[in-house]
Amino acid sequence: MDIAPAIDRQLAGRIAAVLDTVPDPEIPVVSVTELGIVRGIVADEGSGAVTVRITPTYTGCPATQVIERSVREALDAAGFREVALETVLSPPWSTDMIDEAGREKLRAYGIAPPPKGAGARSLRGRDVVECPRCGSADTVEVSRFGSTPCKALWQCRNCAEPFDRFKCH
Amino acid sequence: MNDLLFQYLLRLGDDSLILGQRLCEWCGHAPTIEVDLSLSNLALDLIGQATLFLGYAGEVESGGRDADALAFHRDAEDFRNCLLVEQPNGDFARTMARQFLFSSYQLALLDRLCSSADGRIAEIAAKAVKEVRYHADLAADWVVRLGDGTAESRGRMIEGLDDCWRFLDDLFAMDDGERALAAAGIAADKAALRPLVQGRVEQVLRQATLSMPGLPWQVTGGRTGRHSEHLSRLLAEMQVLPRAHPGARW
Repeated sequence: MDIAPAIDRQLAGRIAAVLDTVPDPEIPVVSVTELGIVRGIVADEGSGAVTVRITPTYTGCPATQVIERSVREALDAAGFREVALETVLSPPWSTDMIDEAGREKLRAYGIAPPPKGAGARSLRGRDVVECPRCGSADTVEVSRFGSTPCKALWQCRNCAEPFDRFKCH
Repeated sequence: MNDLLFQYLLRLGDDSLILGQRLCEWCGHAPTIEVDLSLSNLALDLIGQATLFLGYAGEVESGGRDADALAFHRDAEDFRNCLLVEQPNGDFARTMARQFLFSSYQLALLDRLCSSADGRIAEIAAKAVKEVRYHADLAADWVVRLGDGTAESRGRMIEGLDDCWRFLDDLFAMDDGERALAAAGIAADKAALRPLVQGRVEQVLRQATLSMPGLPWQVTGGRTGRHSEHLSRLLAEMQVLPRAHPGARW
């Protein structure tokens, strides 16, 4: 997340702490910050008005509107009614924006996280994908499209467990 | 220039919207649950693109219409999508043939639009191109699997491709307005895209052990609002609720 230099660091920290408590509606173990959806906290140089910038994962992701509402409600509840919310498309969200804590939580939840730096490099899953249950690398892609736009369906040949994998994007 | 841009954005948005709506018809009917999920995912991506392009179209028009108003309160002759995307789904092979052709085209188009002189178009294209790469890949996989499959699947894929080939000229059609936008670096020059798309298509067909169909008699008119009767039926279903209850909210 980028925090603009013009903004009061303490204020930005308090806002960031609120955002850290907002879960992703589809994968509630990770916060919107960990998932890289929160792109920054900026302040207008003239008026000092503060804006939180968020970005959608996929253009059609139905969770986008729920996320906007949850972020708004969390800010309001914490007394940040005057903080504006803005949706930005650029730079486009990528799995590289998921932070390390987020990746670990995804793995523990049973979703194989994308390797850092994979981005759009590999569409056909040439990377080794480890089963989030048993850690085996003997896994196979069942379907490139899964239960949400951001996930693909995989299966482990070792423990036979099906699992979700974050698409490299 | 603003009206030209508005028209161009309708073309981009309507292609995605109409194909997204078509793919929704597969929900619950696809051959396997994985395919069902895939087609719904594609539909979702396409409708997401449509929301962005039509939302921007509404801003450019400055007539108070948002993406929903443009999607739900226009009649067939005001839609600017290409004829290919409004064609009925037919069987699974025909749906995949249509998807293969459209996604191959859209991938080349969005790739080019990532460097559009219009910042908003470039931003939407950069977002969408990542998703469309998956669509093109999925469709190409099925063209190979069905084309190089059993006699039955092969026959159906050939029929599907033959059917789509009638709409190639329409897919790449440009009028003077769009050419002016292309000259200004805003729109993509579709004439320049066509050989790129054709090369990609030929490559996949070779892999599918299929030959490139000849160019049959071409039907055009989608970009100027002259559509097949299939579009009206699709719109009737898509628009019935917002038109019966204008302004209703959940």
